[in-house]
Amino acid sequence: MKASSRNVNGVEIIKLDGKITIGSGDQQLREVISNALNQGKNNLLLDMSGVTVIDSSGIGELVGSYTTATNRGGKLKLLHLPAKLNELLHVTQLITVFEVYENEQEAVGSF
Amino acid sequence: MERDGERIEITISSRFENIELVQVIAEHLCENAGVDEDGSHWIGMAVREAVANAIKHGNKLDVKKKVNATFHLRGAELEITISDEGEGFDPEKVGDPLNPQNLMKTSGRGIFYMKTFMDQIQYSFHPGGGTSLVMTKNLAKGSGIASTKV
Repeated sequence: MKASSRNVNGVEIIKLDGKITIGSGDQQLREVISNALNQGKNNLLLDMSGVTVIDSSGIGELVGSYTTATNRGGKLKLLHLPAKLNELLHVTQLITVFEVYENEQEAVGSF
Repeated sequence: MERDGERIEITISSRFENIELVQVIAEHLCENAGVDEDGSHWIGMAVREAVANAIKHGNKLDVKKKVNATFHLRGAELEITISDEGEGFDPEKVGDPLNPQNLMKTSGRGIFYMKTFMDQIQYSFHPGGGTSLVMTKNLAKGSGIASTKV
């Protein structure tokens, strides 16, 4: 998994590319989120459009990242969910937890 | 179904990077049997979760221990068996991830996804050690999340 970041109006937009799976991107995701929070970047928007594969470990890391951000006074929201990830979040009812956006400007404005 | 009776078997060492090998076999087998891309993907995902569990929870990442996967096509029914050399576990103790108390847990969704994407899953535990998981899917019924039941 690769991650690249940019800041728009105080919102850290982190674009994730590749796999978020057990033993691969799952730990990297945790580190990316942790590093951003440690740098005081509390408003996090994860652009998921480049995520090619995600499994239950990756979903678990997304949940853990959300909890970590929230516990530290931050917010974590999702942008551009691929269809299959959207379905995985729906069947586990996690879609009710995450704020999901299709439009970046709207997402940034929501923080 | 013209591939009736086809049987494929693969044995891997307990490394996460081997998961995709087994997943790809599952997806190709399904596509060759006429399952659409989405349906093949979801069956592949169930296989991915099963193999990951076998490596992590069954064999506890011991690379000397093997995970065996067999795919057997009988008519329209695909039977997939994933076996490890671990000590087993009690499936009843795995919490329902839809329970509000479990919703924010970072683990415990693998078996749920397997149940969601397959028609049936059944664990069996061998007295001498080792766990086998048999998952079945009727490929003629359609596939994927539309048939969700848990």
